[in-house]
Amino acid sequence: MQPASRFSTWFNRDGWRNTIIAVPYGWLIAFFLVPFVIVVGMSLAMRTPTSPPVGYRDNWPYVVFENYQRLVSDSLYIRAYATSIWNAFIATVLCLLVGYPMALGITRVDRAWRTVLLMLVILPFWTSFLLRVYAWIGLMGSNSWFNRGLTALYNSVVPADWALRSIPMMNSNFAVVLVLVYSYLPFMILPLYANLERLDGTLNEAAMDLGSRPWQVFRDVTLPLSVPGIIAGGLLVFIPASGELVIPSLVGSAGDPMIGRVISDEFAAARDWPMASAVAVALLFMLVVPLMAFNHYEAKAQGGGSP
Amino acid sequence: MKRSPIFLISCLCFGLAFFYIPILSMMVFSFNKSRLATVWGGFSVQWYGKLLHNGQIMDAALLSLQIALVSATIATVIGTMAGIALARFRRFRGRTLFSGLVSAPLIMPEVITGISSLMLFILMAEWIGWPGQRGFTTITIAHITFSMTYVTTIVQSRLSSMDVAIEEAAMDLGSKPWQVLRDVTLPIISPAILAGWLLAFTISIDDVVITNFVTGPGATTLPILIWSKVRLGVTPDINALATIIVVLVGVGVTLAGYILLRAERRRQRDIQMALAAATEG
Repeated sequence: MQPASRFSTWFNRDGWRNTIIAVPYGWLIAFFLVPFVIVVGMSLAMRTPTSPPVGYRDNWPYVVFENYQRLVSDSLYIRAYATSIWNAFIATVLCLLVGYPMALGITRVDRAWRTVLLMLVILPFWTSFLLRVYAWIGLMGSNSWFNRGLTALYNSVVPADWALRSIPMMNSNFAVVLVLVYSYLPFMILPLYANLERLDGTLNEAAMDLGSRPWQVFRDVTLPLSVPGIIAGGLLVFIPASGELVIPSLVGSAGDPMIGRVISDEFAAARDWPMASAVAVALLFMLVVPLMAFNHYEAKAQGGGSP
Repeated sequence: MKRSPIFLISCLCFGLAFFYIPILSMMVFSFNKSRLATVWGGFSVQWYGKLLHNGQIMDAALLSLQIALVSATIATVIGTMAGIALARFRRFRGRTLFSGLVSAPLIMPEVITGISSLMLFILMAEWIGWPGQRGFTTITIAHITFSMTYVTTIVQSRLSSMDVAIEEAAMDLGSKPWQVLRDVTLPIISPAILAGWLLAFTISIDDVVITNFVTGPGATTLPILIWSKVRLGVTPDINALATIIVVLVGVGVTLAGYILLRAERRRQRDIQMALAAATEG
């Protein structure tokens, strides 16, 4: 009986509390923090013909910075970063242009329709990501009804000399951006909707009463008030899009790869773990900068005491 | 306020068409007689028949389902613990690092999570001899790690919007803190926990990038199988498989959404009745 009651005393006082903290804490340290530290350490190592293919220098300072030097001197990496950032940026802007009117539209219908429309926006997000990319491979192929239709449309407006048999859509940055927009659009619409739904409708009415046209109301009232939603949605699209691996591997061009594909290729095909790690660490830094800016902005907005 | 936002409604229709036309096209072509996946050659259900006799696909689906069930359940338990810790325990040692660790997997690109997990498993095998072979266990561990933080986010936001007066009342009536947690807090946040489980399950069964890195010989999940087939091109049997998955997920999500919505409405009604009773009394 003694150990059991000692256990229950411990558990009742603060054991339950410590357990609740310690289990997830320990898990995240073991399987998230430690692997991350390994990657950082790996990025300062040399590639060796051993297994695992990593080694350090024998003398001080033990680590090498060659990988990071290659990162800034080899145009392959610079181009891959530029392609990733550019594709992700264009996709984010397009998501905003398509998603904003959709989110605003959902706030303007009555309650029953809102639930249905939100469901319709969320449903593709729950179905397999891979299959949604796959669906576009079918559509963009040169024999598909979609490509033929677009080709016919294109041929009917351009001079006969420019006529094409089919539009080369697959394996290009165009395909990557299109599928990025398709895959990440719900991530833009949902935070925008959450933000727009909370806006006070009486502000719009006040602006209208004071003689503003609908377009002016949107420009001067709705748009400025929805900036937090735009930023949140933008980050939710931009950050995963710039590190994307599946989409560029399936529909992107091999000659102009995005950084996710470079990391994966360095690691698996070239077996250059230190280089793959350095590319990964540099990518993380590039993603953390906009995030810090966002946090700073949020803190300032909250400190500013908005109503 | 403007009452006929025709522009917005047409944008909505256009957007929803953009969402659903590729999926519908894929479903239609799963009934294609032709071997060419994108040229119509007549109606047929032969690809569905072939699918049922494909043992490889069935095994992969079963493995995916097992991994998703195990990892979602463990991720929900651990993730809920983290959510409670962050929302209810104001102060403990290392809280800043803890909250950073909880949000970091959400922004970490999957390629990096995959590579770093794989490096950990390889080095662990080198140093302590475990895991001897990568497969079910390593995939499950990796899935738990990145899906638990989604559960945490959901549970934490529900807890912070919950009225602490109910918990304080139970405490005043003589319950020990952990009894309050067990008998009051957990039942109230159970819809959020269920939603977290569903999200963790979906993330696990859908994942291809992280699984691709931490998997080993013999452990082929359904997304990995599809991934390896899709890289070779579009085939009608993948169309059929995709149609089955989309229909199953569609029905499942609609049902789950309906149940969660009803539970939420009932909860709101109970709270209102309790409040009404309290003010009358």
